Amino acid sequence: MIAAIIFSALFFGGFGFFIWNMMKIRSNILLGKDIDRKDRSSDRWKTMILVAFGQKKMFTRPIPALLHLAIYAAFIITQIELIEIIIDGVSGSHRFFVDALGGFYTFMISFIEILSVLALVATIAFLSRRNILKLARFQKPEMKGFPTRDANMILFMEIILVSFIFTMNGADEVRQVLETGTGYGFAISSHVGPLLFGGITDLHTLHLLEQIGWWGHLAMVLAFLNYLPYSKHFHILLAFPNTYYSNLEKKGKFNNMEAVTNEVKLMLDPTADPYAAPATDAAPQRFGAKDVTDLTWKNLMDAYTCTECGRCTSACPANITGKKLSPRKIMMDTRDRLTEVGDNRRKHGADYSDGKSLLGDYITEEEVWACTSCNACVQECPVNIDPLSIIIDLRRFLVMEESKVPTELTGMLTNIENNGAPWQFSPADRGNWIHEA
Amino acid sequence: MSTLHVPTMAEMMAQGQTPDILFWVGCSGSFDDRAKKITKAVVKILNKCNVNFAVLGAEESCTGDPAKRAGNEFTFQMQAMMNIQVLDGYEVKRIVTACPHCFNTLKNEYPELGGKYEVIHHTELIQDLINQGKLALEGGSTFKGKKITFHDPCYLGRANDVYEAPRVLIEKLDAELVEMKRCKTNGLCCGAGGAQMFKEAEKGNKEINVERTEDALETNATIIATGCPFCNTMMTDGVKNFNKEHEIQVLDVAELIANAADL
Repeated sequence: MIAAIIFSALFFGGFGFFIWNMMKIRSNILLGKDIDRKDRSSDRWKTMILVAFGQKKMFTRPIPALLHLAIYAAFIITQIELIEIIIDGVSGSHRFFVDALGGFYTFMISFIEILSVLALVATIAFLSRRNILKLARFQKPEMKGFPTRDANMILFMEIILVSFIFTMNGADEVRQVLETGTGYGFAISSHVGPLLFGGITDLHTLHLLEQIGWWGHLAMVLAFLNYLPYSKHFHILLAFPNTYYSNLEKKGKFNNMEAVTNEVKLMLDPTADPYAAPATDAAPQRFGAKDVTDLTWKNLMDAYTCTECGRCTSACPANITGKKLSPRKIMMDTRDRLTEVGDNRRKHGADYSDGKSLLGDYITEEEVWACTSCNACVQECPVNIDPLSIIIDLRRFLVMEESKVPTELTGMLTNIENNGAPWQFSPADRGNWIHEA
Repeated sequence: MSTLHVPTMAEMMAQGQTPDILFWVGCSGSFDDRAKKITKAVVKILNKCNVNFAVLGAEESCTGDPAKRAGNEFTFQMQAMMNIQVLDGYEVKRIVTACPHCFNTLKNEYPELGGKYEVIHHTELIQDLINQGKLALEGGSTFKGKKITFHDPCYLGRANDVYEAPRVLIEKLDAELVEMKRCKTNGLCCGAGGAQMFKEAEKGNKEINVERTEDALETNATIIATGCPFCNTMMTDGVKNFNKEHEIQVLDVAELIANAADL
């Protein structure tokens, strides 16, 4: 009874805190500007199933893809065991499904155990890749400090989680054999159990060990769950909506700015009244993006979805050749700034300004201008994040609001405006090549 | 060399004729000496196949692509709307272009501003012409056995998912198509996109075109084929950087085909 109360308090407390954090993140994402991503729902489901559920884009790099798949599969399938844990916790039962499912139960738990071992191997491999092999994409400047600790923290938590599962099942196997003569026959713990706890003949001790495993597992699940909103590991949840709301257009298509279209139409329309008052429904707005609130909610969801794997950065031509631009940093900066803006608004009200902005305080002009708009980052991202659209919106702000354009580009733009070509040639000479043959 | 037959839209209209397709030459193809050769190769192919085409000549203007990538939506839309007026004035339905930047902008960014056309890249058109039996590559010998690598222009490949047309054409040359380690969806940019063509690169430790040229050199190809005048410039400069300009040629797919067809 006391156990059930403690369980319920832990469980509902843990879940409650998680949901509270989720709501905060949701409200932060909704600070973004609106963009329609609700059309073509069958294409969207398809994208989500292939890219998030099926991890299609991970497999362009097979080794990490397989390791990741092991952890992903173990994570998904362990949720079944979690259902039993919840039932056992609330009702005080022990292995609620064992009698009802019989042989299938053994198969199920064995399956979970095998995947857990694979996940454990993968976790150790991932830790090695980050800390021993020191893969280049995990050593970039934006990974210094918290991001690196964050990644290792998650991997350690996974190891602890798996250890608790085997403590629980292993001790239970040994106890079951002592009590009834035959164990459950779980694929891994029927071997690991005797190895670890075979010397223990005291049923109480075994029960205690099993309980440590059970409570430890539960505590880790709740800790993990509540760490997610503070961590880059949030992708395990947001990957699904984020791929659903993917940009389904051709990657080369940059969005059209309606506000500009209206003004350009006026400029080109000889019958337009230059003194006409602007339409009242058109609220004055900023061209491009200076801060996170100028971005779309999808840009902001992208930022929370980013798990900082760095595939984008490792494919970025600017980053490869030593420029400061790193698409991953663009996403990390956007998230950090959004968290700050969201917290400020909750603390000081919606109109509060801390005088800082994404552009300038987080992302420099140098980074913004180093982009070749080649879409390699967009192509690479396993969860369909689009760093390029943020970069372009930052450029738009620099150019259209601040007139901060690299000198050579000013010349290019003037040439286009004056003679319809980025170079200084007369438009009348455009057809000269025809007669040069 | 046979003379090129390049009617303008205005000339055709004056004669009461309507071309089947507009050849959008682009700024590079019109003004850049190297790119003009690509333009002429395309025209030779069109002439050989008796394609009923026309160009805009002096009525053509920048699509606005570099302005849009540089963040100047005003300049882009001004260009786009003026071009759309011209295109619609001539009732243009189909456009072919040898520049992936023009291709992308006309195809993807003009429709929302009212300009709706069927836009194809010249490699797609040439592939069609060969498939229809209108163009035969008799020679083949020019490039027989030569190693050719294809550099994917970002705005053709990743931006618009055109990977096969240029490769199919190279394979028709009886040449050996060798892929760079980074190709197709993983292709590395030449460094010119996003208006970088018109400015110095930010501080780094290498030029992007040099990095990309290394990929090409690794294949031991003697010809680097491209489908973009800007990639052509960047790769040509990259090859010069390694003092390989006498061993390695940088050619547009249209030039390869025109050459192989003895045009």
